[in-house]
Amino acid sequence: MNTTTPTATAGGKPYSVWVADRTNYLILGFGACVLIVLALFPLFAGIPWTRRLVDFFTLLALAQLWNLMLGYGGVLSVGQQGYIGIGSYTLWLFADVLHVSPFIAVIFAAVGGAIVAVPAAALVFKLKGGYLAIGTWVIAEILRLIVANIKRTGGGSGITIQAATKLGTDVRVPGTYWWAFGSAVLAIGVTYILLRTRTGLGLKAMRDNDLAAESNGVNLWRLKLYTYVIAGAGCAVVGAIVAIHLLRVQPAAAFSINWMAYLIFITVIGGIGTIEGPVIGTVIYFVLRETTAKYGEWYFIVLGIIAITVTVWSPVGIYGYIVRKTNFFVFPLQRKLRLSSTATEPKELVAEAEV
Amino acid sequence: MDWINAAVQGILLGGLYALFAVGLSLVFGTMRLANLAHGDLTILAAYVSLMLVNAFRFNPFYSIPITMVIMFIVGYLLQRGLLNFVVGRGDVAGVIVTFGLSIVIQNALLLKFTANSQGLDAGRVENLSIKVNDRLAVGWLPLIIFLMAVVTITVLQIYMGRTKMGRAFRAVSDDQEAARLMGINTKYVWGVAMGVALLIGAIGGVMMGIRTTFDPLLGSQRLIFAFEAVIIGGMGSSWGTLLGGIILGLSQTLGAQAFGSAWSILVGHLVFVIVLAFRPQGLMAKTVTA
Repeated sequence: MNTTTPTATAGGKPYSVWVADRTNYLILGFGACVLIVLALFPLFAGIPWTRRLVDFFTLLALAQLWNLMLGYGGVLSVGQQGYIGIGSYTLWLFADVLHVSPFIAVIFAAVGGAIVAVPAAALVFKLKGGYLAIGTWVIAEILRLIVANIKRTGGGSGITIQAATKLGTDVRVPGTYWWAFGSAVLAIGVTYILLRTRTGLGLKAMRDNDLAAESNGVNLWRLKLYTYVIAGAGCAVVGAIVAIHLLRVQPAAAFSINWMAYLIFITVIGGIGTIEGPVIGTVIYFVLRETTAKYGEWYFIVLGIIAITVTVWSPVGIYGYIVRKTNFFVFPLQRKLRLSSTATEPKELVAEAEV
Repeated sequence: MDWINAAVQGILLGGLYALFAVGLSLVFGTMRLANLAHGDLTILAAYVSLMLVNAFRFNPFYSIPITMVIMFIVGYLLQRGLLNFVVGRGDVAGVIVTFGLSIVIQNALLLKFTANSQGLDAGRVENLSIKVNDRLAVGWLPLIIFLMAVVTITVLQIYMGRTKMGRAFRAVSDDQEAARLMGINTKYVWGVAMGVALLIGAIGGVMMGIRTTFDPLLGSQRLIFAFEAVIIGGMGSSWGTLLGGIILGLSQTLGAQAFGSAWSILVGHLVFVIVLAFRPQGLMAKTVTA
């Protein structure tokens, strides 16, 4: 987190620009404690809870990546399941065919996802808006059909990851947990750091007004490509983790559109275009899943209706609502202005465009 | 001869795909809304027809006009009650709401009808064919479906070109604000446009139900085929959409002939990819992309 830029009062400027305030640092401290507890979680918690948190962190990572791509890059994809599937099958390739340790094969999955994402981007970026979304879905379908036609991986019925079954529960579950936890932290970290850089400034400009951003020299196409490739590689990592976690890959499950249903629900209800939103969304999704998943179809109907309702009547989501009321960010990205001329209490101004 | 047979089947299949695609294209053209639930709504139409057939015990062909009316009303109410709130608010809201709708429709159909495949039995016409020679026969049913697509598109063209409502569709499509200033009630026009789109989709849904079987999860695949037909043909052109459907159908049947049925759909997708890569405006593009 950036420190407060030193006041330039001496130079004649009666204000300072700041990003984080004391509350942010308090939260940073508290957050660090939570992170340490979560990092050590498998050492003191049982297998069932660890497994549950693997689900939690994989979904959080996926939602965060989708949010980076849509909320900042403006790329509307409903085809991330394609990269999840590619990640799962790349893991199989490296772990079972090339005999790389499954936990290292995860890294190769990221490379696989990125390699697929570049030509896919070149193709779907020819489409605009809603049609681009359907285009990404077609890409995911193509990947699914190709994989389902490969005999070596068992076609439509899928294949067991032998290398993962050999690991043994006491190694596999904590290992999967650390990968899942790490990828969620990384997804949040990459998003935050990216947005604090020059590239991020371009991304935020593009989100607010793409025409204005372009005319100020932001290369829209390249920024969109970055976010799409990062999200593709990230989703492939998650796909690889899920494959180790479930010990088996199957085209219908790995490339399932249900992944998108979860991601969209999580991001929309939490708040698109905020880092905090997907975190809140994932927690809400988990509460809902633990209580209503047993109702099968009704569970999906409820997810769908909530996503529709939030989008129509409160498109900023829960975190957006909190921000609107309090203007408080856990992950501060705004540059705020503090006037320090005469008043004893510093008066805070917020640049309006940069919400 | 097998190849000619496959080609004829592919061309006729294209008519069915066009019946799904025209509605998707009409909605996108008039309100820049990519309706991700379009496929599921056409599957819903097939189930409406199934319920009518089960209730009245008549030939599913008789259910077509009733299903068309029902789907028009569904479309109009859906647009006025829900989708009008997201039209003009950017692409994201439209995609998320129609994606949510798609999930809701699929799972509601699963609840009511289970995941089992269903079919509509139209009797003898399903097996009749015109015999050209010993190894080539053209089925009456695929031919009827193709002709229905041609008639539907002709009627739609006349409706768009010659009627007051058709003019309103085009006006709203070109410039929403100017159309409103000219006294066009855009919300009403969008409602009718969605109604017409689903009315045409209903023909496709019922005919598909007669031709093959259907299940609640088929909608996504129908959406993708419809979308591919629109992009291959070129946005904004109804005849282009028919051409796109034919090319997609041809690719699938010829692909199956060449590599086996497992590759059929994939070959169709690859032809779509090639068109998108080298001619993204489509083969018969009329309007600039949104």
